[in-house]
Amino acid sequence: MTDQGYLTDLNDWSREVATNIAEEEEISLTEEHWPVLEYLQNQHKQEIPLTIRKVGKSGIVDIKGFYALFPGGPLKKASRIAGIPKPASCI
Amino acid sequence: MKQKATKVETTKVKKMMLILSKATIDNVYACFILANGARMEGIEAEIFFTFFGLEAVQKKKIEHLHVATVGNPAMHIPTLLGGLPGMESFATNMMKKEMEKLDIPPVGEFIEILEASGAKLWACKLAMDMFHLKREDLVDEISDVITVGEFYTKAQGDNTHLMFI
Repeated sequence: MTDQGYLTDLNDWSREVATNIAEEEEISLTEEHWPVLEYLQNQHKQEIPLTIRKVGKSGIVDIKGFYALFPGGPLKKASRIAGIPKPASCI
Repeated sequence: MKQKATKVETTKVKKMMLILSKATIDNVYACFILANGARMEGIEAEIFFTFFGLEAVQKKKIEHLHVATVGNPAMHIPTLLGGLPGMESFATNMMKKEMEKLDIPPVGEFIEILEASGAKLWACKLAMDMFHLKREDLVDEISDVITVGEFYTKAQGDNTHLMFI
């Protein structure tokens, strides 16, 4: 794990790990969170840089919904819970 | 240890109040990226559109914002050349293409993203009066038309930063 709490290897990820990280972020995961986390993981596996705009166009969640699911910094928090690196995007 | 944690909490930026007074596309994007970037970090963001900044939220003007090719030393082209017909459109289109590659949305879509992210957008009453603009001339995402005094009231609270663009 990095000093900012991001997993360094996605193979270490499980739903249990995600639930624990989410608790640290004060988020309790629901059925609505999982498809978003899976989407982020798939994008990461395809080496596609993540942006809020792309998440909004994913068809899985809109931007308002993304902010509601992961309040206080959605892309950063969701990436951390999904076990992928901290996003380097400014948008 | 506990004391240290409290200190971090009280120095964190909590709110960014951005004032956009220009309508050149580079200034508009700088403002929007700062506001959106704040929301992405869990920081509140509000934008006050004043003077020419209002062009960025006028339905009729929104798709016609340009980069300045005259009087802009960063363009590195002679002023006379920059003034030729079509130069601004050319430079603007070049810039838009590069931005699309980086997944930076067009201005209209960016405003929708800002609203969806919870950023607040305000129009300056004095500038609205000066340019004879009505509320219906502005995009729906504008929360309200307010005075500078009201904007300062919204800026109240610890760790609020104001920025003029």
